[in-house]
Order: sequence, then C-alpha cells, then structure tokens
Amino acid sequence: MIDFLQRLGARTLERMSNLGRASIMWATALWGLPRRGDYALLIRQIYSIGVLSLVIIVLSGFSIGAVIALQFYTQLARFGAEDAVGLGLALVLLRELGPVVTGLLFAGRAGSAITAEIGLMKSTEQLSIMEMMGVDPLRRIVAPRLWAGLLCMPLLTAIFNVVAIYGGMVVAVEWLGADPGGFWSGMQDAVELWEDLGKGTIKSVVFALVITWIAVFQGYDTVPTAEGIGRATTRTVVMSSVMVLALDFILTLGMYGDFE
Amino acid sequence: MRTLTGHQDGMADGAYIEIRDLYFSRGERKIFDGLSMDIPRGRITGIMGPSGTGKTTLLRIIGGQLRPDAGQVLVDGVDVARVGRDELFELRKHIGMLFQSSALFTDLTVFENVAFPLREHTSLPEDSIRDLVLMKLNAVGLRGARDLYPSELSGGMARRVAFARAIALDPDLLMYDEPFTGQDPIAMGVVLTLIKNLNVALKTTSIVVSHDIHETSSIADKLYVIADGKVIGAGTPAALRADGSELIRQFMHGRPDGPVPFHYPAVDLESELVGGRAA
Repeated sequence: MIDFLQRLGARTLERMSNLGRASIMWATALWGLPRRGDYALLIRQIYSIGVLSLVIIVLSGFSIGAVIALQFYTQLARFGAEDAVGLGLALVLLRELGPVVTGLLFAGRAGSAITAEIGLMKSTEQLSIMEMMGVDPLRRIVAPRLWAGLLCMPLLTAIFNVVAIYGGMVVAVEWLGADPGGFWSGMQDAVELWEDLGKGTIKSVVFALVITWIAVFQGYDTVPTAEGIGRATTRTVVMSSVMVLALDFILTLGMYGDFE
Repeated sequence: MRTLTGHQDGMADGAYIEIRDLYFSRGERKIFDGLSMDIPRGRITGIMGPSGTGKTTLLRIIGGQLRPDAGQVLVDGVDVARVGRDELFELRKHIGMLFQSSALFTDLTVFENVAFPLREHTSLPEDSIRDLVLMKLNAVGLRGARDLYPSELSGGMARRVAFARAIALDPDLLMYDEPFTGQDPIAMGVVLTLIKNLNVALKTTSIVVSHDIHETSSIADKLYVIADGKVIGAGTPAALRADGSELIRQFMHGRPDGPVPFHYPAVDLESELVGGRAA
C-alpha cells in the first residue's frame, strides 16, 4: 500500500515537472520567434505542416461531407424536409466536425511528423550542437513549428469545411436531387458569423495550440533512441487526439451550453 | 571577469580554462570526484582515459551544457557553471566543438551547414559568406562537395564538414571529441594535420579528447590522463610515457588488464555459473 502511494506520488511529481518544463519551453519558443531572418523558416514550416496536409484534409472533407449529406437526406426525406440537409450539414461541420476532424487529422499527419523530426534531430545530436554553437534550438527549431501550426490549423479547418459542404452538396443536390435553392438558402439563413463560424474557429485555434505543443514537447523530450522516437510519436498522436476530443466537449459546453 | 586570466594578445601563457574541484555524478555513479586541471592558452591539450571516464561529459561541462554538482569551471575567466543563459550563449560563439557523431544538420547542404554559424551570428553579406564557406571547405578538401547533403557523405567526409563548420567563426577554443575514431588512415592524417595547422596558424586553444594514445601524443603539447573521476597523470607526452605509475603505464602502453580492470564489476565467474544452475 505504502509502495503504491509512493509510486503514485513519484508519478504525479514527474507529470507535474514535465508540465512545468513543457510550459516554460512553450512560452520561450512563442516569445522567441519574431526576429530577423526567421520568416524563411516559418514559411518552410507552413509548407511542410500546412500545405503537405492539404491532400488528406481535402479527401477527408469531401467524403465526410458526402456521408453526412447521405445520412441526413435519407432521414429527413421521410418527413419531406430534404431542404434542411444544407442547414444541418453546415451547422454540424462549422460547430463540431470541422475543427475536431481537422484536429485529429492534423495530429496524425503533422503532429507525428513534428515529433519524429525533432526527436531524430535530438538523437543525432543536431539540437545539442546547435546549442553549443550558441544558437537556441527553441528559437530556431521549435518556434517556427509552433507558429506554423497555429497559423495552419484554422486555415485547414476552413478548407475542410468548404470541401465538406461541397461534398455534401454533390450528394444531396446533384445526386439525390434535393432542391439547390432550399439547400443553399437554408444554410444561409441558419449560419451565423460569430455563433457558428467564429466559435468554430476558436475551437480550431485551441486545438492547434494543444496539438503543436504536445508534438513539439514530445519530440524535444524524447529518449534519443529508435524505440524512444517511436514511442514519442505514438504518444503525440494518442495524447493530442484525446485532448482534442476532451477539449471539444468542454468548449462546446462552455460556448453553446445554455441548456435550461 | 573576462580579464581574470589576462586576456591579451601575444600572451600565449596562462590557462584558458581552469577547472577546480569538479564534482559531477549521474544518478548513483560519480563521474568526477574532485577533478582539477588547467588548459593552457594557445596550445593543444590532450585528455585521455579509458572509455566511460567521462571525457565527453567534461567537454559538455566546459561548454556549459551540463552543470556540475560542485566546483568551478572558468573558461576565459567566465564561470560557466554559474553564468546566465545569455552570457553562456555569447561565450559559445567563441567555442567550436566537434562531436563524436558529426551532428551535421540533415536538412541543409554541406555549404549551408558550414554557413550556418556565420548566418546566425554575423550579418555579413552573402558574397562574404560564400567566400568564407568556400575557404573553410577548401581547408578540409571538400570544396567540391558543397552541394551534397549529409546523407550523401561518407563518415570521414561528414567529420571533415563538421570540422569546417566548427572553425567557421574562427573560434578561440576548439574541442574535439574523439576525432580519430572510425577514420581510415588517410582521413586520420588529414585530421591530425588540420588540428595541428589550425593551432599553429590561429593560436587556437585546442582540447582533444581521445583514447588513441599515439595520435594524441603526436600533436598534443600537454596530456591529461583521467580515471576514476580524477586526474591521474599530467605532463608532456614524453614525460607521461616515462611515468612509473602502474595505472598510467597500463594506459600509455595499452595493456588489457591492470589497475583498470578488464571486467565490468561482476560476481566471480565460477560462482555465477554454478550458482545460476543451482537456482
């Protein structure tokens, strides 16, 4: 029993000190970016984190939009309310599925890549030699990735939403024959700038913060062996996914939670 | 502080690095147990000792990457164990280090690797950077390889690129971590000549950490032998070779067993084999 408590205490302390180190690292790195000549680094990261994630975002967006439209249509058609497909599709995407699915895909595609890259740099002593040269790896390696993630996630979410709505439109209107006027005007009436688009964007920014933070810290803190990098990469994906889902619930509760 | 060791041109004597009563441990294991040494300015100092005696650790302490448990490490008058982060990074601009693994940046070409410290720490125009990089690469014989990526280099070539990168800013102090391991005889000759020439031409204070006795003795002005966390011998290579102590003799003449045991601490072989079967 004592032994169990001891281990529990040690683990808690370790977790807390990890959280502390991660926070210091995060703050230092975010602070460290705006400096001469760093914009090229940032643009490179935006390319590898954002642009290279486009394919999977677009493909997933299209198929998810199509599936949602299909399900909505078959259910709503029973009540003769096929026109409401557009409205339902847009709300579900903007409020929930857009940020969440983009977050999950982003964690799998970009988060894992960030962790693996930084972890490998650590294990090949590239971070260490950089420090010895008097160049701060937090500024040079970590900061551009954090900022690129923060900039890319909301944009990827927006692209995801657009493509998904298009996918839903293809299924509902072009294929199943819903009325295009009803589809679009229903959507136009229901969607509000702040309530749906704004709050969804806030979600995606929060997810971006959490995912890039986890990814960068796991890479930086990895045990510098092949096994260590593998485990760190897995941890990034698992932790970010769980955090995205948990935070989404909390954020939804906070933002839309006026349940009397 | 910086003038403590008399930092003036033409003053080749005096210590560039002073280490006093250094204690450092990793977990339960004591790496340094009251180590003291002086690295003379403008000379080549060899630090030798069996593997696992913390030679690399010593270089990392000098570079301020590891903090000692106790003791003083003065590098050019600055106590790296106590100095703040900004000052430490400033000091490191004057230090070049060659890691055992070349630690080249894998996403940059050979040219960009060597240009890296110049771009980070100077605001030289692109023309000057190009000239400087080509000169450094020429010195290691790899001017023609400037557009290759580290993955396209052999181990010896990578080491030479790392060398060029380490000297890019003409540092006051150069630290070499096992520069001779894994080099073919020709590359070994190249590295030896480079270390020596650099020291002669620029009066760069150099520390060569190695267990290759012959190569290190051939270029070093002063040798330290460390074992069990302490300095067990110091002096010129000739003086050390003539030394009577059993430990130094074992090391300098490369005998497999002696005061430094061949076996990692373990129970007696016979009792382990017999006991293992009984259990």
